[in-house]
Amino acid sequence: MTAETLRLSAARPRNLSLGRGLLIGLALLWLTLIVLAPLSVILVEALRKGLGAAVASLSQPDVWAAARLTLLTTAIATPLNAVFGLAAAWCVTRFDFIGKTLLMALIDLPLSVSPVISGLVWVLLFGASGWFAPWLNAAGLQIMFTPVAIVLATILVTLPYLARELIPLMQQQGSDEELAALTLGARPSAIFLFITLPNVRWALLYGVLLANARAMGEFGAVSVVSGHIRGLTNTLPLHVEILYNEYDFVGAFATAALLAVLALLTLVLKSFLEHRHADDLAARGRC
Amino acid sequence: MTRQAGRRAWRTPSPLPGFSLSLGFTVAYLSLFVLIPLTALAIRPWENGFDSVIAAVASPRAQAALRLSFIAAAVAAAVNAVMGGLLAWVLTRYDFPGKRLADAVIDLPFALPTAVAGIALTALYAQNGPIGGLLAPLGIKIAYTPVGVVVAMIFVGLPFVVRSIQPVLQDLDQEVEAAAETLGASPFQRATRIILPAVLPALLSGVGLAFARGVGEYGSVIFIAGNMPLRSEIAPLLIVTQLEQFDYAGAATIGMAMLILSFLILLGFNGLQGLIARRGA
Repeated sequence: MTAETLRLSAARPRNLSLGRGLLIGLALLWLTLIVLAPLSVILVEALRKGLGAAVASLSQPDVWAAARLTLLTTAIATPLNAVFGLAAAWCVTRFDFIGKTLLMALIDLPLSVSPVISGLVWVLLFGASGWFAPWLNAAGLQIMFTPVAIVLATILVTLPYLARELIPLMQQQGSDEELAALTLGARPSAIFLFITLPNVRWALLYGVLLANARAMGEFGAVSVVSGHIRGLTNTLPLHVEILYNEYDFVGAFATAALLAVLALLTLVLKSFLEHRHADDLAARGRC
Repeated sequence: MTRQAGRRAWRTPSPLPGFSLSLGFTVAYLSLFVLIPLTALAIRPWENGFDSVIAAVASPRAQAALRLSFIAAAVAAAVNAVMGGLLAWVLTRYDFPGKRLADAVIDLPFALPTAVAGIALTALYAQNGPIGGLLAPLGIKIAYTPVGVVVAMIFVGLPFVVRSIQPVLQDLDQEVEAAAETLGASPFQRATRIILPAVLPALLSGVGLAFARGVGEYGSVIFIAGNMPLRSEIAPLLIVTQLEQFDYAGAATIGMAMLILSFLILLGFNGLQGLIARRGA
């Protein structure tokens, strides 16, 4: 801000601050109604019958099985999507080729597809009358209603998250350092390990954070392919639904609170990365 | 020689290694997880013939579900355009206690699992809930009506709008506004003549994202919607219902219709954005 604008805003008439106060009040009221109130109601409902009841409902074996499956799914989907994100970012930002725009559009596609459709497509392929059903039956294999289907659906839903963090950043950084290393005789693996990877490490972490949050919380896609078998193909978000539909509200909201805590933790880490390592992340409006 | 020329035709040469490997892996991965699955979505609706596709889309239940998903998403996006715009404005221009917390909380709908948001919104806006209870005496019902669907879509769409506008507002040169003020422009004139044209492209892209998210939204909506066929049943839920009846072609048809409709609407949105950007330049 220059001296002039500072003087101007200082010289603003007093009655403007009333309007300012009203706007701030209205914005915060809206934020409370739409975002903060739902967050607090989770806690209130979870503790309705006391902390003991909430803890007891969380220590059910079904909850643990669901938590294990959720973590397992995330642990498979995110690393695969990270490798994909790095490969996609490398070929899209370091080379020029025909079809690049199409490739980038395809990478973003899962973001605009309904989660239910992201589940549906796997049923169309592997379901009881899916395209590959005859082969699967002949081989005695089942994919639908197993953890494999849950992993497939989760990969599809979270596929763009890492690529979308890495591509703009690597575009910004350019390939000067990698070209320099190449002229100095560095091997491809050395270029990748000692130049590219360190340059994108914070963006990679940021993308992993977002992808993990989405993978652990995914509901629609997973719901379609899971079959809702307790203890076997039930993830934490699906377990919330089962408990809720059985009118076990304390159990449902206690499990929901567990997921909400994970979400809040994600937000804290996310804003930490945004403040501390802003220069190492792609500069743009983040979604 | 000819091979060289052919190669140059589709890629610009670069001394950097790993082109074939990275492109090959990217294309293979995308084919496996995006292309083949979505091809199934595009082909399977037609397996019982053209007429059955029309019948599946034109059935009253499908029409009602599609209408609800798209209209509710449009209303939610419009509400988010106004209130998200206000939030972005307040967060970039004013200082007040708790501002950083408010800013961080905007992203909660991204991070909170949709099913969690769904049961929380339902508990809040049901007739025996803290907010729904206040509105019930006034005759306003939110949960288990289409209004509830809109509320859930507002929740999931909010961050898209705020996060799209915020960087533009941040970079906007405040001296222009100050100049307009010294020339006697009212706050309303400054908002509509200077700020709105500058943020409009970003606002439209944010609203488009929020709309697309709302159309496909499932987890946060199904708890609060009540899910009455023809009245409060969203299109994604109809897909799930048809899958449960093993009507794969019917489910794929609704899914395909949703994708084509959203695609067309977003295309229109992009055209509008381009038009505005060109007029501005």
